[in-house]
Amino acid sequence: MSIKEDHNRFRDIIKGRIKEDLRKYVSQGEMIGKREKDFVKIPLPQIDIPNFRYGPKQQGGVGQGEGKPGDAMGEPQPGQGQAGDQPGDHLLEVELSIDELAEILGEKLALPRIQPKGMKQIETTKNRYSGLAPVGPQGLRHFRSSYKKALQRSISSKTYNPKNPIIVPIKEDFRYRTVKTVKKPMTKAVVIYMMDVSGSMGDEQKEIVRMESFWINAWLKKHYKGLETRFIIHDAAAKEVDEDTFFKTSESGGTLISSAYKLAQQMIEKDYPVHEWNIYPFHFSDGDNWSGEDTRLCIRLLREFFNPNCNVFCYGQVESKYGSGQFLKDLQKEFGSDEQIILSQIENKDKILDSIRDFLGKGK
Amino acid sequence: MANLTPALEVERQRILKIAKEAGLDFFETIFELISYDQINQFAAYGGFPVRYPHWKFGMEYEHLSKSYEYGLSKIYEMVINTDPCYAYLMEGNSMMDQKLVMAHVYGHCDFFKNNVWFGKTNRKMMDAMANHATRIRRYMDRYGYDVVESFIDRCLSLENLIDRYSVYYEPNRSKQSEVAPAEKDFLLRYDREYMRDYINPPSFVAEQKKKMHEMASKRMKFPIEPERDILRFLMAYAPLDDWQQDILSIIRDEAYYYSPQGMTKTMNEGWASYWHTTLMTQKIMNDSEVIDYADHHSGTMAMNPQSYNPYKVGIELFRDIEERWNKGQFGRDWENCDDVNERKHWDKKTNIGHEKIFEVRKIYNDVTFMDEFLTEDFCVKNRFFVYKFNKRTNQFEVDTRDFRAIKAKLLFQMTNFGQPIIRIENGNFENRGELLLSHLWEGIDMQPDFMTETMKNLYAVWTRPVNLLTVLDNERILCRFDGKEWTQNKLGGEQNSEPASGEEKK
Repeated sequence: MSIKEDHNRFRDIIKGRIKEDLRKYVSQGEMIGKREKDFVKIPLPQIDIPNFRYGPKQQGGVGQGEGKPGDAMGEPQPGQGQAGDQPGDHLLEVELSIDELAEILGEKLALPRIQPKGMKQIETTKNRYSGLAPVGPQGLRHFRSSYKKALQRSISSKTYNPKNPIIVPIKEDFRYRTVKTVKKPMTKAVVIYMMDVSGSMGDEQKEIVRMESFWINAWLKKHYKGLETRFIIHDAAAKEVDEDTFFKTSESGGTLISSAYKLAQQMIEKDYPVHEWNIYPFHFSDGDNWSGEDTRLCIRLLREFFNPNCNVFCYGQVESKYGSGQFLKDLQKEFGSDEQIILSQIENKDKILDSIRDFLGKGK
Repeated sequence: MANLTPALEVERQRILKIAKEAGLDFFETIFELISYDQINQFAAYGGFPVRYPHWKFGMEYEHLSKSYEYGLSKIYEMVINTDPCYAYLMEGNSMMDQKLVMAHVYGHCDFFKNNVWFGKTNRKMMDAMANHATRIRRYMDRYGYDVVESFIDRCLSLENLIDRYSVYYEPNRSKQSEVAPAEKDFLLRYDREYMRDYINPPSFVAEQKKKMHEMASKRMKFPIEPERDILRFLMAYAPLDDWQQDILSIIRDEAYYYSPQGMTKTMNEGWASYWHTTLMTQKIMNDSEVIDYADHHSGTMAMNPQSYNPYKVGIELFRDIEERWNKGQFGRDWENCDDVNERKHWDKKTNIGHEKIFEVRKIYNDVTFMDEFLTEDFCVKNRFFVYKFNKRTNQFEVDTRDFRAIKAKLLFQMTNFGQPIIRIENGNFENRGELLLSHLWEGIDMQPDFMTETMKNLYAVWTRPVNLLTVLDNERILCRFDGKEWTQNKLGGEQNSEPASGEEKK
């Protein structure tokens, strides 16, 4: 069918386009606020070819039904355009859950360099009714195989009469579905989010970091079952916080990036033995570290601890009016070609999606 | 071809007979039974089995499939204006639904065949569409998919810039003679020198000279008269390759093909609904189907405050006309009667309602239909109102139930499909080969972002700067896109609904 061709074409355009649209979504602050409800409304993807037309709000229109002048009414639905003779208007909005949205976001994303660690120790089990057994509860009786057994028996015992094909099953004929336990190795992964909440990070910068980590978190949780997440905020000192605090706190103070790295190191050493866990630290900052000395300390930590022990280390730098952005440059100098240290610069809200791709895009 | 089940075929023949007996007159109508996925596909293709490759059909298909799968809406029937007519029934619909659809379809087919506004449509559009598809595929093979598709995108952006009424008259596009008329051609002949001032008195000479200059200056204009068929103009004068010109002509042909369906949406749906309900309730249905029929029919006729339902308005207007002409509620006596009671019981037993509605379906389109038959009583009965957007409360609100306002709004929305009227004033603006368009502003501004983008597309086709006279926020402006920059100059002066013309600029 040639419509498939057109449809694929449309999907291809949309994939670029839905991401354009998603930029707007990702950039809308209320996204996080809506998290509790777990529902966001996204319109069906649509490409509107521009033409000369009237602005809808100016135009108004004619409706039918109750109401006095001045009474409010809902959004007018566009009248039917052309030829088609379909009763009823198309509703152009569907509600998608955050999970689904995360899926759309993640079509081409994946945790980079994930490795099958810890599979011997931990396995998940799943029950599947795929087997058959001669005994079992009546509720699980499998008609087809029971019938087949009875038929076989009656033919072989020559009691079967084709003119009067009555089959009388006996106890031995019955078959029942049984549970088979499927074992599935599990890959263990932990993501550690670190955020700079120092004074030099303006509200906008924090907003960007929260949005980006929110989306990364939403997406990873959707795709990796049993994923552990830990949250660290830091200014001159670092502390571990829970998810809610991470997305809401505002602090201020100086910046010692190494404090966060040290805390993350302790966390990993204590809770996540590296031969069992895939470890993904994400760190976001404006790159304005307190001193060159601290930066050197950070680099040493990265080189000596994070680099050998983590799958990748992701650093995202938000552009800030006050920050020098030096930290990113230092890291670039140091780890420029290292595949295990992913660096990304987030200039503004619109670049969040690009940055997520930097971190999680396949082929990294 | 037709693949109806035996039971459906029996019903089809029965309904065909009933429809003919009722006076409906249509081309042969071929029904096909297809799955919901196929019906979505055909609907996405505007009713045709084959169209040229373009993502917009894919988009439409996705919307239709999604709304079907989410249970938001489904298509019951589809019929296309060709000879023979093709109509599609959906597999798995109940027998009652299929009968209803068939009756409805015969109503549409009658309308297609008899309404004058469909008179000029290509009844072999099935072949034409397939032909268009082949041509465009060939161009895609030759010049590249992306190149051709992008050009189609541009054309579709300009698709609505046609002159919908030009099909029904011969627009005067005859070229003026190449030779400028001489002064003597404007004066009357005189044989005696002394008669000269009597036959051509000085005042007359002056007048004729003025006329001559006007004509001469008009001759310099290009196009001579403002042109509303902008696609035609571009085909004729824009620097296009042969294949581009051909694609533009395809888009234009298809736009003109679909145009009468837009022009008669309310009438067409009203007429088909009138007939399905008449035939179903009087002849076709059996007793067991009444409940399902009533449920379905009322669903189709349902109104909601935010939208205009052409099925409902159309059928009610036809019924209203039938009743009025049956009772003689028309003409001067009726118009002049102010007595409420007398009007209520007015029945002259004229009984010409049946003939009247057949006449109406023949010669009217939505605009003339509404203009002539929408009455105040009707608006009150159907509880119409006008709504508008309130900037202060940021929501749409009921504005008024005044009859004249309702009628004006409806007519405005139907004129040119509720799209702004744009025409080419000058194809050689300021003698620099630039395009000057004007928007006949009628109180409503165009949406600025779309306007900008459309002008960019126009520029891409015309390849010279494009200018547009319009009104934004109560100020007359001249917008200009020169390929790089977008400029917008206020012209000053009060806006009025007269089109501004090029000469007025400074």
